Amino acid sequence: MATTQSRTLAKFMLMPSVLLLLGWMIVPLCMTLYFSFLDYNLLIPGEHEFIGFLNYEFFITDPAFTESFFNTLLLVGGVLTITICGGIGLAILLDQAIWGRNYVRIMVLAPFFVMPTVSALVWKNMLMNPVNGLFAHFSSWLGMNPIDFFAQVPLLSIIIIVSWQWLPFAALILLTAIQSLDREQLEAADLDGAGPFSKFFYIVLPHLSRAVTAVILIETIFLLSIFAEILVTTSGGPGYASTNITYLIYTQSLLQFDVGGGSAGGIVAVIIANIVAIFLMRLIGKNLEG
Amino acid sequence: MAITSSHKSKLIYTVLAWTISGLIFFPILWTLLTSFKTEAEAISASPSLFMFDWTLENYRDVLERSPYFTHFWNSVVISIGSSLLGLLIAIPAAWSMAFVQTKRTKNLLMWMLSTKMLPPVGVLIPIYLLFRDFGLLDTKLGLVIVMTLINLPIMVWMLYTYFREIPSEILEASRMDGATIIEEVFHVLLPIALPGIASTLLLNVILAWNEAFWTLILTAANAAPLTAFIASYSSPEGLFYAKLSAASAMAIVPILILGWFSQKQLVRGLSFGAVK
Amino acid sequence: MLNKLTMLACGALTMSAAVTAETITIATVNNGDMITMKELSSDFEAKNPDINLKWVTLEENILRQRVTTDVATKGGQYDVMTIGTYEVPIWGKQGWLKPLDNLDADYDKDDLLPAIRSGLSINDKLVAAPFYGESSMVMYRTDLMEKAGLEMPKAPTWTFIRKAAKAMTDKDAGIYGICLRGKAGWGENIALITSMSNSFGARWFDENWKPQFNTQPWQDTLQFYVDVMEESGPPGASANGFNENLALFQTGKCGMWIDATVAGAFVTNKTDSEVADKVGFALAPDNGLGKRGNWLWAWNLAIPASSKKSDAAMKFVSWATSKEYTALVASKKGWAKVPPGTRKSLYENPEYLKAAPFAQITLDSIQSADPVNPTVDPVPYVGVQFVAIPEFQGIGTAVGQQFSAALTGRMTVKQALASSQRLTERAMRKARYPK
Repeated sequence: MATTQSRTLAKFMLMPSVLLLLGWMIVPLCMTLYFSFLDYNLLIPGEHEFIGFLNYEFFITDPAFTESFFNTLLLVGGVLTITICGGIGLAILLDQAIWGRNYVRIMVLAPFFVMPTVSALVWKNMLMNPVNGLFAHFSSWLGMNPIDFFAQVPLLSIIIIVSWQWLPFAALILLTAIQSLDREQLEAADLDGAGPFSKFFYIVLPHLSRAVTAVILIETIFLLSIFAEILVTTSGGPGYASTNITYLIYTQSLLQFDVGGGSAGGIVAVIIANIVAIFLMRLIGKNLEG
Repeated sequence: MAITSSHKSKLIYTVLAWTISGLIFFPILWTLLTSFKTEAEAISASPSLFMFDWTLENYRDVLERSPYFTHFWNSVVISIGSSLLGLLIAIPAAWSMAFVQTKRTKNLLMWMLSTKMLPPVGVLIPIYLLFRDFGLLDTKLGLVIVMTLINLPIMVWMLYTYFREIPSEILEASRMDGATIIEEVFHVLLPIALPGIASTLLLNVILAWNEAFWTLILTAANAAPLTAFIASYSSPEGLFYAKLSAASAMAIVPILILGWFSQKQLVRGLSFGAVK
Repeated sequence: MLNKLTMLACGALTMSAAVTAETITIATVNNGDMITMKELSSDFEAKNPDINLKWVTLEENILRQRVTTDVATKGGQYDVMTIGTYEVPIWGKQGWLKPLDNLDADYDKDDLLPAIRSGLSINDKLVAAPFYGESSMVMYRTDLMEKAGLEMPKAPTWTFIRKAAKAMTDKDAGIYGICLRGKAGWGENIALITSMSNSFGARWFDENWKPQFNTQPWQDTLQFYVDVMEESGPPGASANGFNENLALFQTGKCGMWIDATVAGAFVTNKTDSEVADKVGFALAPDNGLGKRGNWLWAWNLAIPASSKKSDAAMKFVSWATSKEYTALVASKKGWAKVPPGTRKSLYENPEYLKAAPFAQITLDSIQSADPVNPTVDPVPYVGVQFVAIPEFQGIGTAVGQQFSAALTGRMTVKQALASSQRLTERAMRKARYPK
């Protein structure tokens, strides 16, 4: 369809972003790759000896690695489940005729604008703190023992906080999708005597599948590198109960100042991210075609 | 009969929606309220929603202690600057991907997105060394560059999905009329694409405003945005809930207001190609 | 003619150099004493109109990451850095810090407390100036102690502390006998538990850098810590660091609190503390083995070697750690608020002693801490509550995680120690000790 002229132009227009991203990716990546084979601690200057795969060996065999790998999956999976289920529910609710829909939408949208650091600080100190937090006041008012969130259910607590931040995003995209649903189709189903459940499962849900895919893709990208929330609340503990891969690399790079080890971890994380990306691509290929 | 029943369901849905959205909004409301309390009231075991002695003391303390407006201005420059720069680079790329598709387009797009999965802390030292050598440490320019690069994949993708929805017949029709590509872009494409561009811009302003890793590590006194301002209140000595709330409010309210005023624009383009 | 012109030009240059102010960037922690320093720094700027100050105030951990990254990569973003006793010997040895041999004439180095000064010197040259120093001590509620029918000795034992904690606890009333740090981190729970372990006869490494977590003294230390916290500690202890415990103590929720001596000023401060007139102080506990469980720490001002404005920076460091600064704080904020623990003269000042009921205990604690011989058995390292090697931050924090897991009951004491032993051995092998 496109003319040769527009093809050439298209290439030129693509060039800047491709080159920039390539540079942004390749230059640090190559440096990271190089560092990952060195015995390089920032605090110990001098010659950095070449040590082969030793950094990788130490990173992979670290007992924290396996646990943080599964924590990463749990964190991403947990938040995705909560935000998508909650998001669909919210979207359907907001799609109904209600009074003051604009205000409701503003309130639902708000958490998305809050800085991750701020929301983690607020949840940690003012809500979930087992002595002075609001939840603790509330449960002792009910006569129950306050839950010690970050000690008893550290990973779940972080999932809750992160879900709170991402629920608005999911709800809004899904709402936009629902609003584009063909009303006549629903009315026809009504005439056929379809109940609300069959309407939901046979008409609404299939219609939402593309939107759900989009939410999964975007959220996964951000959730894989969740970091601030963990740093502020649990620092990855107790034990390694809430350490994810990103946080593990952080402890190597900015606590240990082990540039070599941190770089090896970074490379491992890139590999994991790419595996995830391939999975996502399959998913997208099916759902976002056309 | 029918009217009352639909009224009834509207009432039920309204109550339900207000309750749930109220719960979702509550942590923010609570932060705002706490910022007007004294430190003692902020941790009181029988907290009160509105019935307390309202005070502006926390705000005064925070303003006295930190150069809030410098941080605020840095945040504005960095987030808006990087979003505009990003648009400048992303619009042509997305345009060509959407309208001159090749076999590689989708792979290219996925590759762009996968650059976002690179954990920032893994490449911290290389970036820090590069910044030092180019004299970009603690400069707004440096942060604008980093933020642009970080958010570029999302921008390209958002715009791409939005442009894809523009029926190519419109473009072809204009081409038939003998429009040049430049005219095509400015007279036909841009007006249709404006909502998508606006919401891309807004989303990226929000993302850049809230980014808290690079903005903290690459700045000192001159270019530090509001994320650094918050980092000086995250655990000061003694009772700090009220002061923390005031600082938090000052960091999030500007972007909250922006978000609320532009929510219509934001939502319109936020479909990520999910809406047929 | 030409000469005259050159001279004129030179004169103009020096003139303009005198007029254009130099700007130095100071990185500091968001602790109360540093906030005061920032507030009062207009005095310095008034005395030195050719120097402008720019401040970077951050939470401790973030600050540490930033200044460490900067100093190690010679980024040159800061002219004055606030660093701890842990960093000074490590950085000093690398030549990253400028020796402070140009301090003001009336600085009086000999007035600095010897325990503090020795930790800040490399080959007898001061490389960092102490801003405030601290040890740790027991703070307790006199009213609750009386109610429990007990009397706090000046130098309590751990057994007494445990008994008293149990007696003071009234969980229904929201009063917990003892608050101790539980938040994982080398500067948080590890600082407390390591100093505690010294009094139990434990040590981090033997003379050959072999980790010692598989020894009985460590078992005893951690078991005691977990037990006493379970009996008498507040809920959520595993998330409590210095600040959280301070808030708990100030609102009357703790019977006793073993922590930094600087907290003395905060808990007796009537505007913030609800229990200001009911606080007593005692030395950190011991077990009769000859070492008490108190640490030694100081926040110091240092000038990175990469700073291009070291003369101006030196002037500022002199000002902020001088006797005059102490007097300035006293006149503006009161004696109780002056930065403690660095100078002998402060502890000879009757006005300070009157305003600060914790002064004597602070001085005794600081003087009794011995970073060179911190433990009962000999060790190859320096540091009371830390091990002054670059690898310690990472190891300490990882071990801290294990200990906090033991505190929450996710791990038994034995498991926590075993995995601490394993991870420390790994890290030491990677760093190729013994060196």
